[in-house]
Amino acid sequence: MPTCPFGPIGGPLMSTTVASHPGAVAEPAPHTHPEPGFLRKYVFSVDHKVIGIQYGITALVFLFLGFSLIALMRWQLAYPGQPIPVIGRLLEWMLGPEMASQGIMSPDLYNSFGAMHGTIMIFLGVVPLAVGAFGNYLVPLQIGAPDMAFPKLNAASYWCYFVGGVVMLASFFIPGGAAKSGWTSYSPLAVIADMAHRWDGQTFWLLGMVILITSSLLGSINIITTIIQLRAPGLDWMRLPFFVWAQLVTSFILLLAFPPLQAAGLMQFMDNVVGTSFFLPSGLVVAGQPLEVSGGGSALLWQHLFWFLAHPEVYVLILPAMGIVAEIIANNTRKPLWGYKSLVYGSMAIGFISFLVWAHHMYLTGMGQTISTFFQTTTMLISIPSVIILTALLVSLWGGSIRFNTPMLFALSFLPMFGIGGLTGLPLGLGATDIQLHDTYYVIGHFHYVVAPGTIFALFAGIYYWYPKVTGRMMNEFWGRVHWAISLLCMNLIFLPMFIQGLEGMHRRMYDGGATYAAAEGVAGLSQLALKLNVSISHAAWLLGLAQIPFIVNFFWSIRHGRKAESDNPWCATTLEWATPTPPPHGNFPEPVAVYRGPYEYSVPGRPRDYLMQHEPDQA
Amino acid sequence: MTHAVLSEEIPYTVEARPDTGLFNAKLGIWLFLASEVMLFGAFFSSYIMLRVGATEWPSGLLSVPMGTFNTFLLASSTITVVMAWFSLRLGDFSKFKLYQGVTVLLAVAFLVVKGFEYRDKLTHYWVRLADGTELTGHIEGRPFNWSTATLHDPAFGLTEIVFHPDAGHAHAAKGEATEAAPVATHHSLKLPVSQIERLESFGPWHNTFLALYFTMTGLHVLHVMGGALVLAYFWGPGSRMWKTDPRRFVNRVEVSGLFWHFVDLVWIFLFPTLYLI
Repeated sequence: MPTCPFGPIGGPLMSTTVASHPGAVAEPAPHTHPEPGFLRKYVFSVDHKVIGIQYGITALVFLFLGFSLIALMRWQLAYPGQPIPVIGRLLEWMLGPEMASQGIMSPDLYNSFGAMHGTIMIFLGVVPLAVGAFGNYLVPLQIGAPDMAFPKLNAASYWCYFVGGVVMLASFFIPGGAAKSGWTSYSPLAVIADMAHRWDGQTFWLLGMVILITSSLLGSINIITTIIQLRAPGLDWMRLPFFVWAQLVTSFILLLAFPPLQAAGLMQFMDNVVGTSFFLPSGLVVAGQPLEVSGGGSALLWQHLFWFLAHPEVYVLILPAMGIVAEIIANNTRKPLWGYKSLVYGSMAIGFISFLVWAHHMYLTGMGQTISTFFQTTTMLISIPSVIILTALLVSLWGGSIRFNTPMLFALSFLPMFGIGGLTGLPLGLGATDIQLHDTYYVIGHFHYVVAPGTIFALFAGIYYWYPKVTGRMMNEFWGRVHWAISLLCMNLIFLPMFIQGLEGMHRRMYDGGATYAAAEGVAGLSQLALKLNVSISHAAWLLGLAQIPFIVNFFWSIRHGRKAESDNPWCATTLEWATPTPPPHGNFPEPVAVYRGPYEYSVPGRPRDYLMQHEPDQA
Repeated sequence: MTHAVLSEEIPYTVEARPDTGLFNAKLGIWLFLASEVMLFGAFFSSYIMLRVGATEWPSGLLSVPMGTFNTFLLASSTITVVMAWFSLRLGDFSKFKLYQGVTVLLAVAFLVVKGFEYRDKLTHYWVRLADGTELTGHIEGRPFNWSTATLHDPAFGLTEIVFHPDAGHAHAAKGEATEAAPVATHHSLKLPVSQIERLESFGPWHNTFLALYFTMTGLHVLHVMGGALVLAYFWGPGSRMWKTDPRRFVNRVEVSGLFWHFVDLVWIFLFPTLYLI
């Protein structure tokens, strides 16, 4: 049986072209309506592919910004109190001397950067890239639909996201600076952090969040409706690519988990601007003065509402990544996914249980042993479907003749990285061990393993994998591997030592990287090793930044100069997006498609090719 | 790329998909309503948590007759909005116009009543004097939403205010009971500004109950406004679609009607929660 010869090094493509639509490469799709102008086509477009690209580019810019914030904070952690070279002066000029006097990061600025790093990475970077970009671009293509169900809502969703992002960024430049109470914005701290300004960074944060939640609401309604209503004939539920399933479950989580945060955000906004006391308990004293508010609010209430979103949000971050990895693994092992149904039911179970685990972030709040016990139980339960999915993906590799191209390398790295992230989460899910580890660098290490070398690697894999569908050209393989190798190394050099620091008790919000704590007398503070690790982690973080240069250059250079993809289906994949012309025209499919088989019919015995596309009818 | 071309391209914008029995917008609105249930659900949960944790909970601050009247208005509009859709399905456009118009008017009436209720709260005051006495009542001339800052604002130039305490006694809406109310309460008092330590209206800042009341009904009012705007659009300029694409227009009226039912339903929960218990 001949295999698809396009391997890691890029050998000649076999002569068999994609079977179903003849002459797809050369002939442009028949256009019936007149070409719209530049603004309509690329800026205010309602085409899901353009919106997907808009989401993707914007999200990548935000990822870069979010990374830049932490890169600067890492200077302060490694060399506390020393001026940041070059950029420190720039910060002083842009944000004022009270924020970065002499180029030294002030505690307030450190707090702002910390809060905004989390906010930007999660709400403006990873989720818009995973759901907004990949979901928008691929879901209609993979289900054989001409577009999303509501194209105008789709555009509205992107523009809400854009405006929300602008509001967040603008908050750096207002008096008092951006929000500084962590991405979790715990009350009452968030309300009293900046009493001098009513329209402070926190208020901007809340406004930005309300707009972003609106964007996410419009997007998730659109994706769910599209998947349920616009599947091509024959594409029944168990024939959906796993990526589509992952997007469906993710969208349900976004739809139902975000509104409570919207409610909480509105209430904190009222506390901040109107002077209510939803989250302000009686008897608060700020700077020696009793706070003139009615009191009677509940600080715990904020945490409940916040984590009701923010724990499901973790699965919003990870499920699309699993979907991307599943597609790439099936394609590059040339085998059907092992346990497709387990993956589907596992992701549904995750989606459901994710609504029942939120208070495992709150063991230390004194909410009570009974409640803690309930949430410890559900937390242990949710690890089961997560492990099922990871196992299914791992076993899918068994006996495969694996093509180690750049997307596959990133996808393969996802598995152990997510594994480390997941397993280090177990001690945090159990109250007895969480008491030691809560709010330390151990927690930082844990969730970054899930999201950074986990989800972000999967997103890189997806970018390298679907790039030829979007542009018609391949990204450079060599520089892709350089990007992968250095990134993988740096990710581990950054996050592995954090477990050591955390076990030593280094608190996640220490402005000086624990130097004061290490020097404190009479307490078993930090060892010199923990402080030295600060320096090595910072160096690895900056190297990680440099390692993205090959990616950025590759990304833009390949648009015009990359090697041309030999066909519409350069990876010899099975799913419907590869059955469209490249790039797909408005309306996606020149002729209506029907689906005849499951999503991963690779290496079916007795076939002339080692893959059968979903829309290819049986020849016999 | 015109709107018409686009809608032809996407399947099931008008027809129902056979295996789901839904057209796209109908599924979309149900999903939207699911998220709305979570939004208001979070507020009701917060209400429970805050009330359970409260040491005292005020009652009788709201006018039950006005709330009941508003409940009656919205419940009626739920019926008329169905009648409008049903008339349209029977092809009776003029009856649709009538019922849809009545629905919009009922919505506007609801908002007007709500406006009077808010005004009542924001012209009702709580005052704490320098000797610790706390009083509730009205200020002569019924000024709107004054605060301690207003008293010291040179633009107002106030030296004293005439205060009409509530009937009964100055009740302890905030803090300890005030047994030492200085005078018989149905008389008006002249309070020098210098003696007033703090003045605030019964706005959302006054106590947790009012914070919940203003925030929850305020969000509901936004929903009523949004819904009424959409209904008014389909009554007015949007109704031209009846001539060009009648089936789609019926779908639109149905979908907006579903939203309107939800807005009514929220009020059915808000009314007993805030006014009666």
